[in-house]
Amino acid sequence: MKIKSNLAVSDSGFIFNPSNGDSFSTNTVGSDIIRLLKAGNSFDSIKKEIVEKYEVDEILFEKDFHDFVSQLQDYYLVSND
Amino acid sequence: MTNQPKKTKLTVAVTGLNAVDSPGPGVAVIRGIRDCQDFDVRIIGLSYESLEPGIYMEGIADKVYQIPYPAAGSESLLGRIEYIHAIEKIDVIVPNFDAELHNFIKISERLKAMGIGTFLPSLEQFEARDKINLFKFGEKHGLLVPRDKTIYDLSELPQVAKDFGYPIVVKGKYYEATIAYTLEQAQKAFHKLNAKWGLPIIVQEFITGTEVNVAALGDGEGNTISAVPMRKLFITDKGKAWAGITIEEDKLIDLSKKFISATKWRGGFEIEIMLTQDGKPYIMEVNPRFPAWIYLTVGAGQNQPASLVKMALGQKVEPFTSYEVGKLFIRYAWDLITDVSEFQKISAFGEL
Repeated sequence: MKIKSNLAVSDSGFIFNPSNGDSFSTNTVGSDIIRLLKAGNSFDSIKKEIVEKYEVDEILFEKDFHDFVSQLQDYYLVSND
Repeated sequence: MTNQPKKTKLTVAVTGLNAVDSPGPGVAVIRGIRDCQDFDVRIIGLSYESLEPGIYMEGIADKVYQIPYPAAGSESLLGRIEYIHAIEKIDVIVPNFDAELHNFIKISERLKAMGIGTFLPSLEQFEARDKINLFKFGEKHGLLVPRDKTIYDLSELPQVAKDFGYPIVVKGKYYEATIAYTLEQAQKAFHKLNAKWGLPIIVQEFITGTEVNVAALGDGEGNTISAVPMRKLFITDKGKAWAGITIEEDKLIDLSKKFISATKWRGGFEIEIMLTQDGKPYIMEVNPRFPAWIYLTVGAGQNQPASLVKMALGQKVEPFTSYEVGKLFIRYAWDLITDVSEFQKISAFGEL
């Protein structure tokens, strides 16, 4: 899965999709995940970084990660390439 | 002594000063022309009614003249412009209303003979993009346009609705559209639009998706000088954008280029597009003049009004190659205070 390459994500968690003008807000965990996805990181390396940085266990992270990714897909923030 | 290039001194007349909740583009066009550093410009506002806000706004028009309503015909319009031209020596006129364009196109050659430049589509181009002809136009040029049917009688409605399936869009000849989910709603819309705008009524297939618009400028030879796509962020109850943002979508630019190449469009226009979830851009309407949000193109780096004026003066304008994505416009309401004497001048003498 790839995040749209032209997606703009600010440090404050503001997401702007230049393809359709949609904008969203996410928390710091969300913006970190998007940044890591944009950089092409694998699920395992994202899990490692987030679990280390935030107080979260791996099982909960996996569940929340898949929920989050599903939201990204619903909002057309994922590239179809 | 400075080395600044000499500015072109010119007088430009602009219509569409009705900066109201369903605004004309005039004020935005004037702001674009005034922003251009190549011009030393005097702006003549051309108004139809005494309460058009652009008449009274500071820094918009230097002088305003009322002109006859389009229904008075092209000769009446020409007579009034001759009078204004004798005083003001107009270099370029930029008309901004759909309803007046027919008259302005008709007299454009005579304006040219008087030394007044315009940059307008031909009558054929103007008619081809009319909503009544749009589906055929799309078919001819390989552009996606929702199916539609022009009807003159209420009895035709059930069959059209059956063919398209509900919901359907019932549209007036000039303005307004209603989404109807049942035959009763469609009949009610038919009566309402017929009473307001007359026949025919256009029934259109309903397309769902994201509504986006493109403001564009064609050079009359098939080249796109500018195309800036915008997504409406806030829409009034009249369907007008009260806030919007420039977006990056190659499909929309390509569509505009295809339209200009197919029509050899001369002048400014706006394409209203429905972008479906699977990414197909359907043309909903083509407006044959700049939209009211045209100042956003200036903010995004493509000054379409100033480029149009240059082309009307016979200058060569190079196509723009980029614009800023993520530029927003937010319209606002503002109570302008003026004196009754000003209102009296424009009402009684047709000049201010």
